[in-house]
Amino acid sequence: MLRSLPAEGSGVSERIRLAHGSGGELSRRLVHEVFLRYLLDPELARLEDSAVLSADGLDGACGALAFTTDSYVVSPLEFPGGDIGKLAVCGTVNDLAAAGARPLWMAAGWILEEGLPLDTLERLVRSMAEWSAAAGIRVVTGDTKVVPQGLADGAYVNTSGVGWVPQGRCLGRQRVRSGDRVLVSGCLGDHGVAVMLARQGISMSAHLVSDVAPLHGLVQSLFDAEVDVRWLRDATRGGLGSVLCELAQGANYGIEVEEQSLPVRAEVSGAAELLGLDPLFIANEGKMVVVVPPEDAAAALGAWNSHPLGRDAAVVGRVTEKHPGRVVSLTPYGTSRIVHLPAGELLPRIC
Amino acid sequence: MRYLSDFRDAAACAALAERIRRLAHGAGEMQFMEFCGGHTHAIARHGLRSLLPENVRLVSGPGCPVCVSSQGDVDRAVALAGRDGVTVVTFGDMMQVPGSEGSLQEARALGADVRVVYSPADALRLAVDCPGRQVVFLGVGFETTAPAVAATVLQAQRQGITNYSVLSLHKLTPPAMRAVLDAGEVRLDGVIGPGHVSTVIGAGAWRFLPEEHGLGCAVAGFEPADLLLAVAELVRMVVEGRPEVANCYRRSVSDGGNSRALAVMEQAFQVVDADWRGLGVVPASGLHFRPELADLDAGARLALPKLESREPAGCRCGEVLRGVLEPSQCPLFGSACTPESPVGPCMVSTEGACSAHYLLREAG
Ligand code: SF4
Repeated sequence: MLRSLPAEGSGVSERIRLAHGSGGELSRRLVHEVFLRYLLDPELARLEDSAVLSADGLDGACGALAFTTDSYVVSPLEFPGGDIGKLAVCGTVNDLAAAGARPLWMAAGWILEEGLPLDTLERLVRSMAEWSAAAGIRVVTGDTKVVPQGLADGAYVNTSGVGWVPQGRCLGRQRVRSGDRVLVSGCLGDHGVAVMLARQGISMSAHLVSDVAPLHGLVQSLFDAEVDVRWLRDATRGGLGSVLCELAQGANYGIEVEEQSLPVRAEVSGAAELLGLDPLFIANEGKMVVVVPPEDAAAALGAWNSHPLGRDAAVVGRVTEKHPGRVVSLTPYGTSRIVHLPAGELLPRIC
Repeated sequence: MRYLSDFRDAAACAALAERIRRLAHGAGEMQFMEFCGGHTHAIARHGLRSLLPENVRLVSGPGCPVCVSSQGDVDRAVALAGRDGVTVVTFGDMMQVPGSEGSLQEARALGADVRVVYSPADALRLAVDCPGRQVVFLGVGFETTAPAVAATVLQAQRQGITNYSVLSLHKLTPPAMRAVLDAGEVRLDGVIGPGHVSTVIGAGAWRFLPEEHGLGCAVAGFEPADLLLAVAELVRMVVEGRPEVANCYRRSVSDGGNSRALAVMEQAFQVVDADWRGLGVVPASGLHFRPELADLDAGARLALPKLESREPAGCRCGEVLRGVLEPSQCPLFGSACTPESPVGPCMVSTEGACSAHYLLREAG
């Protein structure tokens, strides 16, 4: 039997597709045209990794609360370098760290699929416990739901996290200036490629594992080095490229990226080449992007390079007055091209 | 990877660009076609056009397998995906190609079982893992992918796997190149020969270009230095008036091609006429299964309907694929047609000319 598919123009394109969750252009539109249209809070509209809610004056407090939420969906649940439990902790910690906050408390809601082996769940929860202890964040509340087989990919985790931002610490895109430098804390695309290959049952190289890691220490090292941090972002789903496009969008500056200075492992660029993907847009789970004034770039790079999670950190670009609103990639051949948010899911091409 | 980085060496590229400028200096206008979508993408990604002198132009050809699949073929795939018990398996870039009734991706959002794989072997594995479903692989691609698909079909036959079949939309590149030239719509002075395709069929397959059309051909790899070297060779041939086939991708391409791959293809397929988007029916340019493999032919086995297909209104993909129109000259380019909501297939695949021109615009 042919199931009838609606004809063109009858609302086919108005359904949620996987591409809406990819961190590319469709995700951006979904957020702006649906969520922000109804949920009008100015703090939400900033679209940062965490909401920073001033506590000044609340019974004599000073500083601010950072508050974040995120959901974790990954297949397979355990992959080279991590698992969904570790991913949920690190993602929460990193969203808080990107607000300049010290991670304090988190909540974890588990949605389990009927049929998930109990010992798998136990391993995932143990991993969550270990990594939250290591990152100094306490799992203080939680929830569990079970859905029938076929309705979830084994397990999903939703988390919320709360952290504390010391008084006077102020990060945000409004502080970014032309001339500022952009740094990334390490090699791009490790997580995305490791998971993609694990899903295919391919193990390409022992080095290629997910970079999932808690980055609060790495961020703290910037403040310890007295770097004037203008803007911080955890480069996850859509990769460094999406983070930079988002930063430039609607701003009256542009961003230039030196293609040659992007740290990418040979295994990742090889796999990306093979699959027709751009490492700029492949997911990370342990990479921070920071914008700092030019005079602080060396100190920031030094601080990161001497931290175990920032050994491959690099200055990759600069904020400029040219081409406002756009990210431009400068190739080693003296040519340049506009970096454009990918339209949909990252999908492997034919040849 | 050290090896790869040599072909991305900035100094080597600068030297090649200089050589092209010197060779082309004072010569007339030249226009070369990069036949292959992979080349279109690489040229745009590295911004190579801006390294060429004004009198040397590159135009894109019909070498993106997704773009040249006809509207009818896309529609048949979508129709198959809507059937109960059928799982359609495909490469990623086919997902978004708009058919008359929507794309495979939209069919999936409506509940059709469509899966994306990285290789035809994955599709066969899926069939083994899901014995209750008819798994249909969309065999889209040129000589590059056809051998791997042929291998899965032969394997399925050997192992008696009865729930795997292939909708073969495979196409052959030299007949398409001939069709473009025979149409006489675009003036060319040479052709950048496809790298991966030539790895299979051999550089020798392009000898008809100099012999019958008086055109030079330079078979190229996909790194900036590969492509610049090929352009330099083509300019040299024009200036010297001596067209030939230059193999600029010797690390992968031989004159006779890959005999094992060719043998597998030969074993599974026979050459038939095929319908190309933009070119229409091109004689002896497609691959169908040999009669003894009819059981593995999804078209035969699942009795595909003849469908009324509509080309998307206003889309000029056909002309883009024939090299007659620059993507930016299409009235829909960048306004009604973008990678987020593509009107035609050339805006979908990363190898499509429209998408490459749109996504990888050179920054001014
Ligand atoms: S811009 Fe869009 S509509 Fe125009 S030719 Fe390209 S794909 Fe077709």
